[in-house]
Parts: sequence; C-alpha cells; structure tokens
Amino acid sequence: MIWKGWPELGFDRHSRRYSRITWLLFAGCYLSLVGCRQESKTGGLATTNNVESIRIGEFSSLTGPLAGLGQYTHMGVQLALEEINAAGGLEGRPFEVLAEDTGSKAGTAAPLVRKLIARDHVVALIGEGASGRCLEGAYVAQGAGIPLVSPAATDPQVTAVGDCIFRVCYTDPFQGTVMAKFAREQLKAKRIGLLVDASSSYSVGLVDFFKKRLLADGGEVAGEQRYNAGDKDFRAQLTALKATHPEAIFAPCYFGDAGLILRQARELGLTTPMLGGDGWEAPELVEIAGLAAEGALFPVHFSVSSTVESSRHFVEQFTQRFHKPPTGVSALGYDTMKLIADSIRRAGSTDKTAVREALRSTKNWTGVTGVLTLDEERNARKPATIVRVEQGRLVFVTIVEP
Amino acid sequence: MTELLQQVINGLSMGAIYALIALGYTMVYGVLRFINFAHSDVFMLGAFVAYYTARAFGRWGFVMGGYLGGIAILLLSMTACAVVGIVIERLAYRPLRRRSTLTVLITAIGVSLLLQNGGQLVFGVNPKAFPDIFPSSTLNLGGLVINSNQLVVLGVAIALLSALHWIVQHTRIGTAMRAVSFNATAASLVGIDTNRIISFTFGMGSALAGAGGVLYAMNYPSIEPLMGNSPGLKAFIAAVLGGIGSLPGAALGGMLLGFVETGVSGTRWSTFRDAIAFAILIGILLFRPAGLLGRNRVEKV
Amino acid sequence: MPSWLNRSQLLLMATLAVVGIAQSLSGRLDSYILSVAMGVGINIILASSLNLINGFTGQFSLGHAGFMAVGAYTAAVLTGRLAPQWSPLFGGQVFLLFPAALIVGGIVAALAGALVGAPSLRLKGDYLAIVTLGFGEIIKVIFQNLEFVGGAKGLNGIPDYSNLLWVFGTAAITVYTVWALLNSSYGRGFLAVADDEIAAEAMGLNTTRYKMVAFVVGAFFAGIAGGLFAHLNNSINPSGFDFNKSIEIVVMVILGGMGRHIGVILAAILLTVLTEMLREFGDYRMVIYSVLLILLMLTRPQGLFIWPTRKAARRQNA
Repeated sequence: MIWKGWPELGFDRHSRRYSRITWLLFAGCYLSLVGCRQESKTGGLATTNNVESIRIGEFSSLTGPLAGLGQYTHMGVQLALEEINAAGGLEGRPFEVLAEDTGSKAGTAAPLVRKLIARDHVVALIGEGASGRCLEGAYVAQGAGIPLVSPAATDPQVTAVGDCIFRVCYTDPFQGTVMAKFAREQLKAKRIGLLVDASSSYSVGLVDFFKKRLLADGGEVAGEQRYNAGDKDFRAQLTALKATHPEAIFAPCYFGDAGLILRQARELGLTTPMLGGDGWEAPELVEIAGLAAEGALFPVHFSVSSTVESSRHFVEQFTQRFHKPPTGVSALGYDTMKLIADSIRRAGSTDKTAVREALRSTKNWTGVTGVLTLDEERNARKPATIVRVEQGRLVFVTIVEP
Repeated sequence: MTELLQQVINGLSMGAIYALIALGYTMVYGVLRFINFAHSDVFMLGAFVAYYTARAFGRWGFVMGGYLGGIAILLLSMTACAVVGIVIERLAYRPLRRRSTLTVLITAIGVSLLLQNGGQLVFGVNPKAFPDIFPSSTLNLGGLVINSNQLVVLGVAIALLSALHWIVQHTRIGTAMRAVSFNATAASLVGIDTNRIISFTFGMGSALAGAGGVLYAMNYPSIEPLMGNSPGLKAFIAAVLGGIGSLPGAALGGMLLGFVETGVSGTRWSTFRDAIAFAILIGILLFRPAGLLGRNRVEKV
Repeated sequence: MPSWLNRSQLLLMATLAVVGIAQSLSGRLDSYILSVAMGVGINIILASSLNLINGFTGQFSLGHAGFMAVGAYTAAVLTGRLAPQWSPLFGGQVFLLFPAALIVGGIVAALAGALVGAPSLRLKGDYLAIVTLGFGEIIKVIFQNLEFVGGAKGLNGIPDYSNLLWVFGTAAITVYTVWALLNSSYGRGFLAVADDEIAAEAMGLNTTRYKMVAFVVGAFFAGIAGGLFAHLNNSINPSGFDFNKSIEIVVMVILGGMGRHIGVILAAILLTVLTEMLREFGDYRMVIYSVLLILLMLTRPQGLFIWPTRKAARRQNA
C-alpha cells in the first residue's frame, strides 16, 4: 500500500509549516534518545565457561598479498596446538584455535575480532603478524578486555593500545636501531642509502628508527628512495641510489620485494652490503634473488640453523608436519600459542583478567625463539640475531642485545 | 647522462610489456565495447603456465636455458592463455551478449576474482622464483647496465606487435575483425561469423597477455597470483590513454606510460607515481576525450 | 494519516523510530551481530548514493571509495585530533559532536565530488568510469602521502561512536533523500539524462548540472558513510579505500538492478551478509563468492530483485 503512490515534494504553505514542526519535534526526540544511549555501549560479552574446549581466536592474512606471512605463522600456531592437545591440553580440556582470514585488507580485522570475541567466546587472541591489521583488531580486543598476543607485529603502536595487548617479538624501534648500530659499528658504513615501501607501515616505521639511530651515531643518509606496494621494478630507485655512492643500503620490506630488490641491485652493479628487516626471512628470498642474495644481512627472530635443543626439535617437527622448513614467523606463531596455553595454565582459569595477569607476569619463559620476558610495555625483551646469506643458507653473524 | 640512458632502457622494457597487455584490452574493447577486467589475470596465468612448463621441461631432461627452449615455453604459454581466453568468453561473456555492458563488466570482475583467488588456492600464495627461461647475462656498456632479458623482452614485444599488425591489416580474418569492430551488425549482414571473430579476438588478446606475463616474469622473476593487478591497471590506463579501440594507440600509450613511470620512480615523487599516471590520463582525456589516437565517435541522434 | 506529511516522509519517520527502538535494545545483541548490522547499514548508504549516480543518472562512476575516504578521514580527524578544540562548542556531548563531524566529512567529500565532477563529467561511458577510477586512486595516494593523517599507517584509535541509530538513521535519510530528489519535479531530469542524454539536452535540460548534482549528492553521502565506517572500525587505512572497494559498491548497485531503490538496498544487505556467511569456507570463501557473482550475473542479468511489477502483470493478464 505504502509503496504504491509516489511522494511529491510540493506542499502548500500551511502544510509545509506543520511538516517542519513535526520534523523538529521528531529530531528533538531522536537526539535525546541518542544522548541517553551513548553511555551504555559496552554490553554483549559472554563468558566462556559453557564450552568444553578452550577457544583461542586467531586472525591473520591467510589470503592476499601478505598471505605468505599469515600462513607461515598459522602453521606454527597449528603445530603448537597439536602438540599441546597431544599432551592432554589443560587438564584434559583440549584447546581449539579458530582462525579467521583478514585477506591482507585494511578495514577487515575489527569485525573479525568482534566475531571471535562475541560469537566464539574466545579466551585469548592470536593477533595478525602485519602491524596495520593487528592494530585494527587490538582496539576491539582492548575494548572487550580479551588478551591479545601478536606473534610478529613489530609496530610499537600495537602494544601501546592498552594493557591487554602483548607481543612475543621485538619492535620496529629495536629492530631499526639494531640494524643502524650494526651498520655503523660492524660494517663501519657511514653513508647509507634507504629504500622504503611508502605504502607499508612496517617499512616506513623501520626506516624512521634506523635513520634516527644512524644520525645519532654520526652516520648520514646518502639518499632515500620510495616505492609503493605491488611494485616490481626498483631499477629506477636503485639507479638513483647508486648515483649517491652509498656504503650500504637498508631496504626493510617483505621477502617478495626483497628478492627483486637484491637481484636488480646486483644487475645494476651495486656491490654495497644490502640490509633488511625481519620481513626478509623466508626460503623464497634466496630462490627469487638467486646469487644476488649472497651477502644480504638481516635480523631474524629465530635461526633455523640454531643449535639450541628446543629450536632444533621445533625445526624437525615442523619440517615433518608441513614438508618445508619453518620461517621466523612460524617459530613466533608456535611460541605465541604455547605462551597463551601456558599463561592459561598459570592463571588457573580461563577468566580474561586472570589470563591477562598471567601473561603480564611472564618472566624468563623459554620458547623456541629464545628466553622471553614481557616488559611493562608488554613487549618481548629478547636479543636480535643477525644473519647473512652465504651460498643460499642463513649464517649466524652476531647477536645484538636489547 | 648514463643515468638518463639507463632510465630510458628501463622505461622501454617496462613500456613494451604494458603495450602488450594494453593491446588485449583495446582489441576486446574494439569488438565488444567492454573492459575485460579478467585480462590482467590471464596475464598472471601466462606467467604461471611458463613457470610450470619450464619446471616440467627441466624434469624431463630437456636442455634448458637455450633460446629455443625459451621460445617453446613462450609459445606454449601463449597458446594456453588463448584457450583460456576463448573459454572465458564462451562461458561467461557470450550468454550476456545482448545485455548492457555494465552487466558484462561485473561478470568480468567475477571472472577476475575467480582467477585470482583460484590461483591462490592452486598455485599457493607465496611468491615463486621464476626460472631463467632465456640465457641471462648482464651487459655493461660503459656504466650502462642492460640485462639481456630486457633486450629479449623488447625483441619479443616488437615481433609480436608486428605480427599483430600484419594479421589485422593484411589477412582475411583481420579484415573481418576490423569490420566487426566498425559495425558488428553490418558485418554479420555481409556474412561474417561475428561469434567466431569475437572468439578469435579474445584468443589473440589473451595470447598477447600471456606473452606479456612471461616477459614480465622474466624481468621481475617473482610471481604470485595477484601479480596481474598492478600492471593490468597500468595497461588499462595505457589503452585508454592511447585511445581505446586503437591498436597503435595502445602501443603508444604503453610506451608513454612506461617512460613516465620510470621517469618518476627515481625522484622524490616516486610514491605519487600511480597518481601521476592517472593525472596524465585525466589530463589527456580532458583535451582529447577519445585518447591520443582514438577516433571521436559522432553521436547519432 | 496527518495531511501535513506525505507517505514517504511518514515511512522515513517510522523507519527512524524503529531504528531508535532497535538501538535501545542493542545491548542485548552480541557485538558481532551489531557490527555486521552496521556494516550492512553503511553499505546501504554507499549503494544508495552510488545508485543516484550510476543507476538513476546513468553516469558510470568507479571512484566512490575515494569520496568515502575523504569523509572518513575528515570526520576522524574532527572527532579524534580536533575534538579538544571542538567539543566545548557542543558542550562536550558526543551525540552533537559526532553528527557535526559526519556532516563536515560529508561536505568535504561533496566538495571533492564537485572538484572531480567538474572536469570529468564532460566524458561519457567508459571514459568517465576510468577517470573517476583515476581520481579515486589519486585520493588514496594523497592520503598515503599525508603524514598528518598517519600516511601509510592510517589513522588509529578513532573513538567508536557509530551505533545502530546513527548508521540506520543515516541510511534511512539517504534512501529518502535519493527517493525524494528523484521524485521531485526537478529530479525527473536525472532519469531523463540516464534515458537519453541528447534528447534531454534537446529538451532544454542542463544535463551537465544534473550530472553534477547527482555526483555531489552521491559524494556527500559516501563521505558520511566513510565517517560512520571510521567510527565503527576504530581505524582507517588508505589502502582500504582502493579500487576494489569501489567495485564492491558498484556490484551492489548492479545486482540490485540499477536504479531500483529497494533492489539496491536488498543487494547491499545480501552481499554484506553473504561475505560474512562465506567465512565458514575459509580459503575457499573468495572463490565461492566469485563463482556466485558470475552465476548471478548470468542467470539474473537484469538485477536480482526485479520481478514483473503488479501493474505489468495485470496488463499481461488483461
């Protein structure tokens, strides 16, 4: 009935005045309603005691451009989960990981985390490795008071969101500073060229902190070149950098870009040492860059060739389970899952506040990526291992303490 | 001076690949008047077909790394892409022939999403290292560095463009293509099988995209299922820039875009590169609404 | 029925009232359902406003996400960064500050719309599509390079002011505005432009102005949707407003049947809920989505919700 007639906008003067009054009254009621509602906007969170298994939510980039990062992390989480459950879970209660895919897209994480918290009643969250998406989810987790541990989000902002957000990796300031320190002290390089992925917060953040430390240590920036995500041709940027005669080049990015950058740099006859960030670590780096990868230097969270017993065990198990060697983020994912399970055990309950407190009191906890202590800012305090590519393998160079 | 020459060479090899992809866009637009969004994913398929054939060749013990092997891989991958292109047209676009171009456009976006996401499932999400299918070496001419692959790219692109020009201008089927592009109804009235011509056009366009994919992968040997997005968009700009529907226009547009991109990349404006490419496109369209070499269609009332 | 309100105004008011009641009960819903519902509402605003441009006026625009970004950033900066200076103006009341920020966001987006529209609306069809696409990407790149709003990192920690009331209230107003605009005697011109631009021009209609109005109004609401989106998700990032986002909105308009009010709303609801439901399928989600999209277009190319109207059916029966 109501759909049949088309409304007309022309009214006579009399009715128009009434129309206005009606609308004003309506708007008044409406706004006062909003005003009342605004304060009580938190409800809707359920507790978890009615479920058998202990549910952990995971959100990561399982598809899209950063899927490599997400999938390697997820495999680590999965391995840890299987080991924990094979050992009987928490006093017979198995753990369950609910994984959601952000598709590497901005703006997707917040609804996913809401779903994991409100629908699936997860006890804790494993955050995305990419800092941008992790940050989106962190606000939601913090709002709901559910502890979130990120395996590999290195942006300092992430844990600054609030007291529920933790990470098991080091941060960009630390990484950037370490690389600058390494370049100055060990490589004795003074003039350093920078190549930044301007559309990636990870790359931009690392370069910022690198620059700060470099300048403070008496170094200088030979040149800074920028590119955007999805670029494959870095020859123009590298040609321009080459013209500034740098003694080293720092190019933090993920391994797909890094492989091409290394290759094209060598093609253009750049023979200076190439430095990267933890995103460089993946078997594909050497496959793509081939011989050009030789001599590349970057920090890792975990060295596959590590001789520590627990790390070796992890590499063996992982390779057996997934038929390929793990990367640093796999080890971080593994540690994240184990740490959460351990914290729940230490907390003695699945109550979110108790779990958070247990996480907070993590001290000298031994994981496969090293001995880990969470500081007041809820960041992992652990040293960075710097490796160099030699004959296609990652060779230990040095450990830089925090 | 060396730096400038270096950038010119980089621009040329980039532009040649854009031109190859742009031709596919423009050919399909010429006969069907719609933008084939799935084109950039056929480009991606081209690279992956070459990747897997190269690996298979290696496993079967063929001698790899010679020019002959490279050309065989290139042709195989072009053929595969041509078949994929024809199948896509037959299954997804032909049933919608009489519908508005917007409907076909959305279907094309669906096909594009399918190829990308299907590709992520089938090929895996991590970037793969593309092998050297042509003998690769680096030439150093007094500071000027040229990768032999860049020359191969340029050579193959020029050969394909000339072949295409010959087919369109001097063969029966090329004449039929031009007729369909000029007026499909009139063409069918004089006995041209328009469906066959459209299939053929799709096949050729997709083969060019496939070749573009292989060449691109040779130049930037890291391939993944989403690799088509960025060059696809650029090639699309190139096609419109040159005047969509015009073959020389697409080639010109591609080259122009390649030069502009490399020109901008080495400067402090590099992060605005995409924006600058679009700004140039917009600027040209405002003064020449049909693109550089496009013909202005007279509106019939 | 009171004589001083016409039917559609009454309908709008009723919708707003229902939304108000829904909001007051929303504490009982879980926050996931709430956020999906708000996502639906935001998509309704986006799709309806694009429908004015693409559907009713027949101008193919692919830059809607860009306008959304402008609105999102403006509103987020206003409520986040500038709130200390601004909020005393509103007595520190969120329910006054937030709509003000949204509207300013909408206005800035509308200005952007005018800026983009003025040169490009002379172009037609695919050329207009590519130029709007280009402007959308340019807007994205500009935000990526603006350090003031976080550059590539985006803006984070935006207060979560969006709720059912704001989102669906705005959605109802958007739909009503588009509807009322089209059904005013002025608005018939939009349809004329879509139908046959040359004929419309020959009749003495200023077609450029109509296109411009459609563009500016569409951009305004896209901007408001952006503001709501920013205050729903707590964070925005330039890469979230790319070409794919614009395409998502275009798909809603086309599946809804181009220039159908209700159809486009239903398509917005369907597609938003569908993408959520497909989460069950994990890795296969996007593959299923794309296959569904192709099949839908092949089987119902005229739009999902187009049935022969009762009038047409009666005519057929007679």
